Order: sequence, then structure tokens, then C-alpha cells
Amino acid sequence: MRDTRGHTRKPGLRLWLSGGWITVLVLAALLAPWISPHDPLAQDLFAGRMPPFWQAGADPNYLLGTDSLGRDVLSRILHGARLALTVALIAGVLTCLIGATLGLIAGYYGGWADLVISRLVDIWMAFPPVLFAILLIAVLGTGMTSIIIAIVVIDWTRFARVIRAEAMSQSKMDYVASAQVVGRSRLGTALTEILPNVLPTIVALLTLEMGIAVIVEAILSFVNLSISTDAPTWGGMIAEGRTSVHQAWWVLVFPLVALFLTVLSFSQLGEGLKDHFDPVLR
Amino acid sequence: MSFLSIQDLTVRLRGKAPILRRVSIDVAAGEVRALVGESGAGKSMIGKSVLGTLPQALGITGGRIILDGEDLEQLSPRARRQRIGAKVALIPQDPLTALNPSRRVGPQITNRLVDILGWSRKAAEARALELLAEVHIPDPARVMRAYPHELSGGMRQRILIASAFAAEPKLIIADEPTTALDVTVQKQILRLIAEMQQRHGTALLFVTHDLGVVSKVCQTMSVLYSGMVVEDTNVREFFASPGHPYSAALLAATPKYTDPDGSLTPVPETVIRAVEEEVAAFDREMEGAA
Amino acid sequence: MSDVIYDVKDLRLSFPDMSRKPILGPAPRIEILKGLTFQIPKGEVLGIVGGSGSGKSTLGRALIRLIEPDSGQIDFEGTDITHMGEDDLRPLRRRFQMIFQDPLSSLNPRRRVGGIIAGPLRLQGLEGIDARVNEALDMVGLPRSFASRYPHELSGGQRQRVGIARAIALRPDFILADEIVSGLDVSSQAQVLNLLEELVRELGLTLAFISHDLSVIRRLCSRILVLYQGEIVENAATADLFAAPTAPYTQELLSAIPLPDPDQVWV
Repeated sequence: MRDTRGHTRKPGLRLWLSGGWITVLVLAALLAPWISPHDPLAQDLFAGRMPPFWQAGADPNYLLGTDSLGRDVLSRILHGARLALTVALIAGVLTCLIGATLGLIAGYYGGWADLVISRLVDIWMAFPPVLFAILLIAVLGTGMTSIIIAIVVIDWTRFARVIRAEAMSQSKMDYVASAQVVGRSRLGTALTEILPNVLPTIVALLTLEMGIAVIVEAILSFVNLSISTDAPTWGGMIAEGRTSVHQAWWVLVFPLVALFLTVLSFSQLGEGLKDHFDPVLR
Repeated sequence: MSFLSIQDLTVRLRGKAPILRRVSIDVAAGEVRALVGESGAGKSMIGKSVLGTLPQALGITGGRIILDGEDLEQLSPRARRQRIGAKVALIPQDPLTALNPSRRVGPQITNRLVDILGWSRKAAEARALELLAEVHIPDPARVMRAYPHELSGGMRQRILIASAFAAEPKLIIADEPTTALDVTVQKQILRLIAEMQQRHGTALLFVTHDLGVVSKVCQTMSVLYSGMVVEDTNVREFFASPGHPYSAALLAATPKYTDPDGSLTPVPETVIRAVEEEVAAFDREMEGAA
Repeated sequence: MSDVIYDVKDLRLSFPDMSRKPILGPAPRIEILKGLTFQIPKGEVLGIVGGSGSGKSTLGRALIRLIEPDSGQIDFEGTDITHMGEDDLRPLRRRFQMIFQDPLSSLNPRRRVGGIIAGPLRLQGLEGIDARVNEALDMVGLPRSFASRYPHELSGGQRQRVGIARAIALRPDFILADEIVSGLDVSSQAQVLNLLEELVRELGLTLAFISHDLSVIRRLCSRILVLYQGEIVENAATADLFAAPTAPYTQELLSAIPLPDPDQVWV
């Protein structure tokens, strides 16, 4: 047993790298108004498509270059991080709360509660998620609240399914029976015996969900269904960068890299934290 | 000349903590040797070292394994696998997980013959049918087409025994083959293993924690504690008078319903301390030599 | 009736067989317990023996009402608990406890030993919890410092002692022990059995000891119930059963046990 665990035993580097990037991002998002070298919306048509600093013809004022309208790419990425992280945090937590609660109820209580929740999840998951999101936004109108609602409405099923399965296997464990033997109530057992044991999974899923929320937000921005069109969002920047990739690759690549690193970091952070939350592995 | 000769085998966890401490064990052709010990004694690791199936974190750091005159460590991985495939087979502990639940029984027996030993499919199937009959499975043709979950635990273990003997190996490693079974089924399976072993003249390395089982099927035995062989003897001698205080205590702790007061005696602290001290002294000597 | 702690009459229990469930409609039921009738007198150590599928664990779990029987009757100290709801059972639960087979799965891996033993005490509203936890640890021969350890930091034998400590801390009248030594090495097996023997004597417990191993049962139990495919095939005092087993299944069971003795006739 001890041998097979060996691989997961050292969360070290993975946790540090992913945690580090997220921390940098959070700081950047919080401090964006102060540390951004330029107004992310300020256009300067004479300084359009300036390359990043190390290339010939660069302006040192624009570290990561400018887009076709002369807006500073770095400033836009920093401000975009604000929106991305806000959405990730709120949508992630809400999705987690709703999904995990329903999953826990279905998995532990079983019976008709499980029947109702499971069928609901099945039906829900039959909708194609992106179409579903676009439809929702079309009804709700664009804006951050709509994006968050869309993500929660679509993705709670992910939590519900995984947590249900996990809670089901936990509820067959003898320590749940032993809680019953000493007369603990159903709700008490769910909270003290089951919940702590599914917590690592919840944490891993939560961070994963945050990454997914970042992607969904980017996708919606990409198809112009996010916030107003000129607000700096990563998805919006990627959409704009795509049209001029041959003339100014940096407009596309930098937000793409930021998006990629963020999503990767969220999922890695989850895996690392999961081990950390588990006393058996710790 | 022993068929299998393990000499000073040392296995360590990540190159550090010793799991096996200079274990030497010989198994002659046709011999049935027990490897006895409690959990953590490293008895299964010996079989795994021979088969080359040690967990990743464990590695052989010293000693030799000589199979049929060839030092396995000197062979290329490919040649090693080939020799093992042709000469050694395994009867695993858990008949439930050893068979793939989503495939029929027949191919699971014949595939090894076809893929590793290059038999024709027809010959392999004929051989499988013959073997299933040999392990007293009624209606072998039907069982070949069955899925593992349709068969009882004892039946599955019979299939694994048939499969182990299929390629006429010279050595079979049985790793706690009856631990998962009811005692009445265990009896049938042990007798089957003994019967097959005698008929085929196969050497058997029988890993178990149960001295009762040892006394029924084995001729010689090695008692392990903490990866160290504390006693190497023949079975009759052992049960008449165990040669090491730890093995004597182990025997006294083994339940024996015909002797309720004389059996199930806890292993005394002093014995544990003495054997721990022996292990520590051995380690010091080993470090000194290295 | 006061000297009988459990009075079981025609106990029947079945489970749905999901492996034979038709695509539509309910699964057929498999009968696990087929009408069991027996009593457990106060202070008795009853061994329940049987192979896999004999229903011995199901019977145990029905006795302490972890599962509800289909029909028949279970009286615990004169109270009919056969179909009692969880709320009514709660005050009774303190009086019948259980020790589980696999201590690793019956001890919540996320809680420390002290918390595991204290949990039931708190739940039952007892006072002086720390003192009771310490006392329980003393009784099972574990150092008090173990209260701050996690289950996975203990050896198999130590874990099983924690399981025993949790059960006896409530000072129950009856304890069900389900295969509690089958996962242990013989050396710790003997220690746990000795401990159990001692506790039964000191605390005046009534014990039902479920096991597949007649050798272990002989050591501990005064009376033995042999189950085979959901039915009681023999119910006899230990000495009588070993002297002259009457049921064919008991005879088969006895003759199948491999004694640590090369001279045993074993054919």
C-alpha cells in the first residue's frame, strides 16, 4: 500500500507552481487599476499593433505590445483577470454548493430523493452545454451575472454526479454503520461522517470548476455574449487577436497563454490540495 | 541442484528501508516449500521478485535469483520475461480480481498459451478443456464460455489453478491461494493443488500465513520475520520442535480447536523484542559489510 | 424472561437480487435468513459460525437493527425492536453495540482515536467524557496518548482495540463482534481474543461473536449457533458441539479445518 502511494506523496512542486500562478493572478486582478501601465480601454491609433518589448520597433511603454486599436495588451490582460477570477470564484462556489448538496442527499439518503435528483441530472445533461449557455444568455441578456448563472445552471450536474457516487460508496463503509449503532441522526451522520470524507473530492472539483468557469467565460466572450464588447476579457481579446494573427500574433498569444496557465493551475491546485486534505495520504 | 535458488536477496523501498534482508531460499525440482510469516514479513515479495512484479517503489539491491541454472538478473528484460513465462506460473490470492470480469473464461486460459508460448489456438483450446477436466470442473466446454461472475469463488480458483498448470511450468508460485475462500472450499482447493503438483511433478513455492495449511501441503518451509529468514527447516521437524523462538511462538499462537488451552497463545513481548534485536543486529552487519 | 437478553422468533430477511433484475419491474428477492428462532441468555458468549452466504453477518446486523427484518420478531430485553423506527431505537442503541470486522473501514479515517471513542459518548449525552475515553483506552490496553492519533497510524491489532474501546465506552449490555479477528495476524488475534475474554468477564457483557473460524469460537464462546444457507443447522453448547457435532454441515466444517499438525487425518 505504502509503495503505490509513493507517487502522490509529494504534492510539493505542483502545488507551489500552480498556487504561485493563481496568487500572482489574484494580486494582479486586485491591483489591476494601479499596476496597469495604461488604461485598458484607451485607444491610440498611431500606436497600433506595436510588437512586444523584445522585438524590433517595440515601444518600451507597451511591454506586451498593442492591439490593432493601439490598446495595451498587458493592461487588458490584467483587467481581464479581474473578470475571469470573479466569475471563477462566484460561479465555482455556487456550483459547488448546489451540486455537492444535491449529490450528498442523493448519494447518502438514496431512495426517492436519489431517484428524483438522478433523473433530473440525466435530463439536464442531455442538453448540449454550450448551446444551453448561449440560449440562457440570450434570454437573460449579457452581463457578468448572466454568465455566472449560466455556468451554475449548466455545471451543477458535474458536482451532483461525482459527489453522489462518492457519498454512496462512503455510506456503505462501516464507520457510517457504526455512527448509526451509537444512534447518530441521519443528518448528523451525513455532516460528520460522510462530508469530511468527500471533502477532498469537493475541493478538487471546486478548483477544476473554477478553471472551467474561466474557459466558459472566455468562450462566451469569444462569441461576443459576455460583458459589453469593449470591456477587456480574455475571450474577447482572443477573438480579436484571431483576426489579425498574421500581422500581430501577440494580441492572440498572450491572453491565450494566460488562459491556459490559469486553467491548468486550477486543475493542478485541486489535485495537490486533494492530497493535502487527506490525512491518510498526508 | 536446485531448480530455483535465491541467494542473499535484498529488496529495498526506494533504495533505503530493507523489505527483504539477504533472503536465501532453495527449491528443488518437485519440492513444495512454504514461505510463512505474518503481514509485513515480506513473504509475498519473494515471489514477486522472482516473477519480476515487484511494486515500482521496491527494487532488488543485492543477491541473485538463479532459475534453472540461469541468473535472472543477468538476462535482458525480454529474455527474462520469456524464461519466466515458460518455466514459472502464479496462482494468485484473489480469484475474483485475477480474472477479467468482462471476458469469457476460455480465452483467459488459452491466451497465455497462444500469445506467450506460441501455441496454435486449436491446441490451446484442447489443452484448456483437458485441464478444466483435470481440476474436476464439470462440463468444461460450458465453463469455457462462461463469464467469471457466473462462477463461484471455488470454481474460479480451480480455473486459475488449471491456467497455472497449462503450460507445464517447472515452478508454481501460489500466493495465499485459499485465503479468500471458505474453509470447506479451501480444503478442496488445497487437495487439488497437492494432487496437481504430484501428478505434474511441479515445484511449488507456497506463500501463506496459515501454519495449518503449511502442515497439509508442504514439505519444507522458510519462516520469515521482517524480511529475514529466521528458520529454514522441513515441515515435520518444524511441527515437532520449531527451531527458533519466534517460530515456536507463532505456532503456539495458531488456533487449534483440538487444543483450546494450548493454542492461541499471544506471542510474548520478549520474543518479539528478541527477534527485533536480531533484525537490528543483522542490519548493522549488513551496513558494515556494504 | 429477565435472564434472556435477545429472544428471536422466526426471523426472516431478504434482499432484492439486482443481478437478476428484469429490465422492467422489481428485482426478485433472495432469502438471506429463512426463519431463525433462538435466544441469547444474559452473560452468554454466543458464537455464530457459518461460511460465506450463510447469513451470519446479516443476522448480526438485524440483531442490532442496522437492517430491518421482513418478518418474525426480535425482542431485546422484552422490548420488540423488530420494526422499531430509528427515533425510538436511539435511546436503546447505547445498550447494544457492535465491533466491526475491518477496523480501517469502521473507524472514520478523518478523525482521531480520541474523537472516535468520544463521539458516541457525546451523542448519548454522557458526562466526564475525557475520563471515560481514558478509561476505555486503559481497558483495551492502549496508551492514553493514542487518543491524538489517526487510525491509519496504528497497527491492525491496535485499530481493533480502538474499535473495542469505542463499543465498551458506552457500557452496553450486549456487544456484537463481527469477524473481528479474521483480518488480524495470529499473534494479534490471540491478544484481541484474550482482551475480549477479559472484558466479558469484567463488565458482565453478553457477546455474540460472529466468525467463520471454529477454532477461535471454541476458545471464546460458551454456546455455538451454526448457520448454513440462512438456517440454523445446529445450536449447542460448545463442549457438546465439539464432542459430537450432530449436523452434517458442522461435521464437514470441523473436518475441513487444517490443524497445525502434519499428522492430522485430513481426507
